[in-house]
Amino acid sequence: MSDQNTETLGVVLLIAFYLSPFIFMVIMGLVGRTLEKKHFASIRAREAATASLPVITSKSADSTLRVVKAEIVMGSVVVSLDHFKRFLAKLRMIFGGRVASYETLVDRGRREATLRLKESCAGADIVLNFRMETSTIANTKGKQGAGGVEVLAYGTAITYGGPAATPPPLPAVGA
Amino acid sequence: MNTPIILTNLENVPGRSTVEHYGLVSGSTVRAKHVGRDIAASFKNLVGGELKGYTELLTESRNEAISRMQAQAIALGANAVVNIRFSTSSVAQGAAELYAYGTAVRVE
Repeated sequence: MSDQNTETLGVVLLIAFYLSPFIFMVIMGLVGRTLEKKHFASIRAREAATASLPVITSKSADSTLRVVKAEIVMGSVVVSLDHFKRFLAKLRMIFGGRVASYETLVDRGRREATLRLKESCAGADIVLNFRMETSTIANTKGKQGAGGVEVLAYGTAITYGGPAATPPPLPAVGA
Repeated sequence: MNTPIILTNLENVPGRSTVEHYGLVSGSTVRAKHVGRDIAASFKNLVGGELKGYTELLTESRNEAISRMQAQAIALGANAVVNIRFSTSSVAQGAAELYAYGTAVRVE
């Protein structure tokens, strides 16, 4: 009886030993998922808070207003996948199709970078010529594509101050 | 960022007229992360999320590239750099090049 118990325990331990990398991965995945949910909640809250500052890709400022300040503003972030999602992405790359784990990663990076840009110019009225650049930066131990992505958002923050100086009235025609 | 000259990524400085062009100015820097940061990042890589060490490193480097570009513009006698663009490329394993370029102008 006691022998059999020891044997069962041995088998269980052996299975646990061979499964441990997988279990570790799942745990990391769960932690990563919680962190990601928290991050998305914070992104949504901050997006609502900064919604009054428009960010557009157009290049021209409102000519009826006087521009007090124009300066370049930036926001950047480096984000990476968790262990489990990286595994899922690798699996997906065998069969092809939508790699959902990378989609949420890039979404997270873009929104965070945009928010940082907005938060860096709280007093401005509008951000013009907004551009976004994404690059893979962090390759861990030489493995290509296993690292994170860097997202850089930049644009020109414009602060308006009152109406533009009104041009002198045109001479009356035919008077 | 407290800059001595006007920097924008528009084609001109809104509300001011461009009176003189000085041509292209650029600044670049190649940075490698140090081992400590790399180890910290590889731990952070397990659970995913923001790699703060890298974010800081890249921001620092980009500011360095911008200040080099500014220095070039000031040396030419410009008081603004317009149409600024950034580009990032990994030149070697663990090293990134950050490049900023734009047009130096004088505005009034």
